[in-house]
Amino acid sequence: MGTTLMRGAVSADRVFEKSWYRSTRGIRGLLPELIKYCTLVFLALTFLLPFYWMVSSAFKDDSQIYVVPPVWVPNPPHWNNFWDAWQVKDFNRMAYNTVIRYAVPATLGTMLSSSLVAYGFSRIKWRGRDMLFAVMLATMMIPFQVRLVPLFVIFKELGWINSYKPMVVPAFFGNPFFIFMLRQFFRTIPTEISDAAKMDGAGELNIFFRIILPLSKPALMVVALFSLLGCWNDYLGPLIYTNKEPDWTLALGINAMRSAMYETGFKIMLYPYLMAVSTIVTVPILIAFFIAQRTFIEGISLTGLKG
Amino acid sequence: MTRWLMKVTRLSGQELKNQIAGMLFVLPWVLGFLLWTVFPMGSSLYYSFTHYDLLRPPRFIGITNYTNLITDTDFHLVIKNTLWWVLFSAPLGVISAFLLAALLNTNIVGRSVFRAIFFFPSIVPAIVITTVFLFLLNIQYGAINSTLKALGFRAIPFVSSPNWVKPTLLVIHMWAQGGAMIIFLATLQDVPREMLEAATVDGANVWDKFWYITIPMCTPVILFNTIMAFIGGFQNFDLPWLLTQGGPNRATEFISLFLYRNAFLYLRMGKASALAWGLCLIIVIFTIVIFRSSARWVYYRSSDN
Repeated sequence: MGTTLMRGAVSADRVFEKSWYRSTRGIRGLLPELIKYCTLVFLALTFLLPFYWMVSSAFKDDSQIYVVPPVWVPNPPHWNNFWDAWQVKDFNRMAYNTVIRYAVPATLGTMLSSSLVAYGFSRIKWRGRDMLFAVMLATMMIPFQVRLVPLFVIFKELGWINSYKPMVVPAFFGNPFFIFMLRQFFRTIPTEISDAAKMDGAGELNIFFRIILPLSKPALMVVALFSLLGCWNDYLGPLIYTNKEPDWTLALGINAMRSAMYETGFKIMLYPYLMAVSTIVTVPILIAFFIAQRTFIEGISLTGLKG
Repeated sequence: MTRWLMKVTRLSGQELKNQIAGMLFVLPWVLGFLLWTVFPMGSSLYYSFTHYDLLRPPRFIGITNYTNLITDTDFHLVIKNTLWWVLFSAPLGVISAFLLAALLNTNIVGRSVFRAIFFFPSIVPAIVITTVFLFLLNIQYGAINSTLKALGFRAIPFVSSPNWVKPTLLVIHMWAQGGAMIIFLATLQDVPREMLEAATVDGANVWDKFWYITIPMCTPVILFNTIMAFIGGFQNFDLPWLLTQGGPNRATEFISLFLYRNAFLYLRMGKASALAWGLCLIIVIFTIVIFRSSARWVYYRSSDN
């Protein structure tokens, strides 16, 4: 499914390239083209404006922040803002919490458990399988708010508040969204491959680890990427379960910094620092996006189209 | 033992092996489902009939939490805000995503660059989005108001006026519709080219083709994205909470913010649970209504799937 989709997109690109030359021939075709490109460029600039403002403001000092009309190109640029902003709070520790204590273990857990469950839902035939799968899909419709309060009570009883267990441990029980996606992918792998391995006496677990998982690297990449992104961007989870600053994630740290500025009634202008930290938090996403753009786009198409 | 199981389940040896293996593979999810979904939902239902502040054990008070909501003017305001948000954000989000995808699906140079630009905002954390927009739209120091003032216009209180804040939130929401846009783009690329070419031969122009072929072919995915947008809209928390914490003057106090506030700031767990079930009910009703309506406007290709 994933590869056919990509191939479709590539061939469509080629078709478009050819027809582009055709449609731009002659004056009649020119005006609509012009309108289209103006719209596109205008929209693109609008979409980029907040990011441009974020990055450029990260380089400003107070004298460039307060002025009307606004300064678009900071001069001189204050590179030290990034370093200074990072010292306002213990952001190193918050980055450690976000990545090592939360994102990485939760992602490993969800990859392992979701692929195991997806295998059971797709590569083995058994009675009640499809009914159970339908139940799982139905649970995705339940608003998270219904479980918010009772889960908090459970985790409080377990003594897990102020730790990352409430966000990491449930990840080891599979995520319906990822299970669904992996199941769709596993179904595209020919059964003959498993049958041949079974002839040679391989058990299901062996087939899962030695054959299916290695063949599913693109789908597993999607899961890893989405899961890491989900943890990196998560706000509500850490907000509810971590109360002490040493346990905070980057998002909570930025929020605290912002609130501090409001509380002083903007007497201390932290905007350049806030923009600097925001930039630092956005850069890893940007890098991941550039490296794995195809994975992102294919992953989203994969989950959406078959829904 | 095996023989007995085979007899009871009426499965052959291989089938029985598969049955056990399959069930073992999905066991993690089944356990998680019981631990983190069934049990919590049961206790949530119970809490919704109690007075519970986490400090003392829950005290049963019948349907008081629900009846209180009916007369609660705060709740009425929250419901009004939430309905406003959902009725605007879901259709406008879907429409903007679809139009962006349609624009990207025309023959353009540099498509992947534009696609990346339109998609990227949807994967940026809410804390960054809100921090940047609060600054960008700030009435004194923000780029937009500074520009307006420099041009001799009055500054606009984008986030500090109750009248402006919802539309502002709506624009930010539409700016971050990359996921839905990508789904639409993939769908648009699946529209059979032969069909569009046949229409061209028959003399259809660009708009005819868009209106009578492209849109009908996309309606199943439009339905999917619309339902997702409604469900997501009802649960919207991060953006309004981080932008204005429900303000100014509670103009962005949506049900999920109200629920969070009651549960974790006022420790009214019973009331919050009742709210959660109310929310669940509203979502179910909306989903059913949309599904019902879909028979009239969703077109399914009979040939495939």
